[in-house]
Amino acid sequence: MITVEQVTKRYGTTVVVDDVSLELPRGGVTSVIGPNGAGKSTLLSVVARLLPAESGRVLLDGADVARTPGRELARRLGVLRQDNHLAVRLTVRDLVTLGRYPYSRGRTTPDDVAHVDAAVARLDLGGLEHRYLDELSGGQRQRAFVAMVMAQDTEYVLLDEPLNNLDMTHARDMMRTVRRAADELGRTVVVVLHDVNFASCWSDRIVAMRDGRVEVQGPPSEVIDTDVLRRVYDDEITVREVDGRRVALYYT
Amino acid sequence: MPTWLVVVATSLVMAVLVVASVMIGAIDVSVADLVAGDDDAWDVLLLSRVPRTTAILLAGSAMAVAGLVMQMLVRNRFVEPSTVGTTEAAGLGLLLVTILAPAMPLPGKIGVAAAFALAGTLLFLAVLRAVPVRSIVTVPLLGMMLAGVIGAVATWIAYRYDLLQTLGAWMTGDFSGIVAGRMELLWVTAALAVVAYVMADRFTVAGLGKDTATALGLPYGVVMALGLGLVAVVSAVVVVVVGGLPFLGLVVPNVASLLVGDNLRRTLPWVAVGGAGLVLLCDVLGRVLRYPYEIPIGVVMGVVGSLVFLYLLLRAPAGRSGA
Ligand SMILES: Nc1ncnc2c1ncn2[C@@H]1O[C@H](COP(=O)(O)OP(=O)(O)OP(=O)(O)O)[C@@H](O)[C@H]1O
Ligand SMILES: [Mg+2]
Repeated sequence: MITVEQVTKRYGTTVVVDDVSLELPRGGVTSVIGPNGAGKSTLLSVVARLLPAESGRVLLDGADVARTPGRELARRLGVLRQDNHLAVRLTVRDLVTLGRYPYSRGRTTPDDVAHVDAAVARLDLGGLEHRYLDELSGGQRQRAFVAMVMAQDTEYVLLDEPLNNLDMTHARDMMRTVRRAADELGRTVVVVLHDVNFASCWSDRIVAMRDGRVEVQGPPSEVIDTDVLRRVYDDEITVREVDGRRVALYYT
Repeated sequence: MPTWLVVVATSLVMAVLVVASVMIGAIDVSVADLVAGDDDAWDVLLLSRVPRTTAILLAGSAMAVAGLVMQMLVRNRFVEPSTVGTTEAAGLGLLLVTILAPAMPLPGKIGVAAAFALAGTLLFLAVLRAVPVRSIVTVPLLGMMLAGVIGAVATWIAYRYDLLQTLGAWMTGDFSGIVAGRMELLWVTAALAVVAYVMADRFTVAGLGKDTATALGLPYGVVMALGLGLVAVVSAVVVVVVGGLPFLGLVVPNVASLLVGDNLRRTLPWVAVGGAGLVLLCDVLGRVLRYPYEIPIGVVMGVVGSLVFLYLLLRAPAGRSGA
């Protein structure tokens, strides 16, 4: 279980995460939605101990992430950040193999290779394994980074906008991968999404943020709703039921 | 090309260069003399040529590896000890210790030079943090400005103490003064290059950036400190024993990166061999070009290195920033 206790994060005098408390139970997929600048990435970074909070703390199964040894935490929690540009020249396979670093520390075992192979296959990177990342398209690169996080094989997986740059099919496949990680492997996955319809179709819970606070949280049936979306986005959005799924019509 | 073929070819080229380096020089050493048991020829060989060639191999590989490690840690392709002020700071430290404590034994002087080198590197990183705009090109430009400032301070002090010529000799690498008895210190750099190889994966992970490295459980600060310390000591030893080898740590890792990427476990041995090979080549060139006179290696490296550096800068993708 991820427990966020009264976390506040400021940049200068601007409060970007404002006294947030949140409980995410084990298992399942939680989507985090909200307008640009709502504080989603910042909150995710604090949960992943990449950013120190000014106050409050984050517990992973009861243990404070800021006090857990780095390597131990790296075996339990994996995180994909929103921006991933590399200054180093690595192949897809190199990068995904680095996902095993918390276990192998560079001495790759057959077990590590198996995890890398599985992640490569899951993210449909078979033909690209030996290509350099700087020679890939944006979406291919995005998939390589997600594969690295998957190879890390952690119980908790945090993905900040994993659908960035992905085409329709790969976006759907990505959500399918996320779903399978939760259902078949028992992972606890938190994804930041902008397309509320993906959140609606694939997640168990939606956490909607606005101005550094959690505005609403609940199952898609409650959050994907004209009144709720108005509170989060300040916008009038028609929501329809299509084939048993709630779909927001925000294209026009 | 299959890897074994590359390995064989590289070994052959290195062997030719080594033989050339051992044989060529102001005093002729011919195989015939050696076979005939000519004592003079053997003296030249064992007391001058072999130490010189060994020094070249050690210093060349270690400086290239130091450049590679620094590039990973700073996350910019265009930094290396001589473009961020590390080498200049080592020279300044050596100058100060020569003035203030001339009697200090050599290891002590190297220690001081290494401390200055580290301080110079950290100053560069602090300046980098304070500057808001970082493009891939401004980072090395900033570094070179800083190196220029440190170099100017050293020049000013050297001028006051009438040590300009000494400083000039330190900052320009030259293997002609290498003899048995002094070059042994370079084995320290070889040991550090091996340490760098042992830590290769840590440096690769650090090259992914602080956040990703932390997410993978790397003690980022510790690896950063160890890596920069390693670079500082290597730079200091090389400055003290050989002198500056400009652009070496930049050219070799960049070419290696284009050929085999930046996974250090794979790249680092190539960088070490490439560094040794390039310095051997430049040193032999320096001995041949104005035979029987020598052009110091630092000068040859400076010309070759700056040209390749310019080429690499010009073909760099615009806008991609490091650090
Ligand atoms: N390093 C920083 N310094 C100052 N302000 C920052 C910094 N990083 C983020 N912010 C500010 O914090 C707020 C929250 O940023 P955050 O990246 O968490 O938003 P987000 O919800 O992830 O937005 P997006 O949907 O655009 O990714 C924004 O107003 C942003 O401008
Ligand atoms: Mg964000």
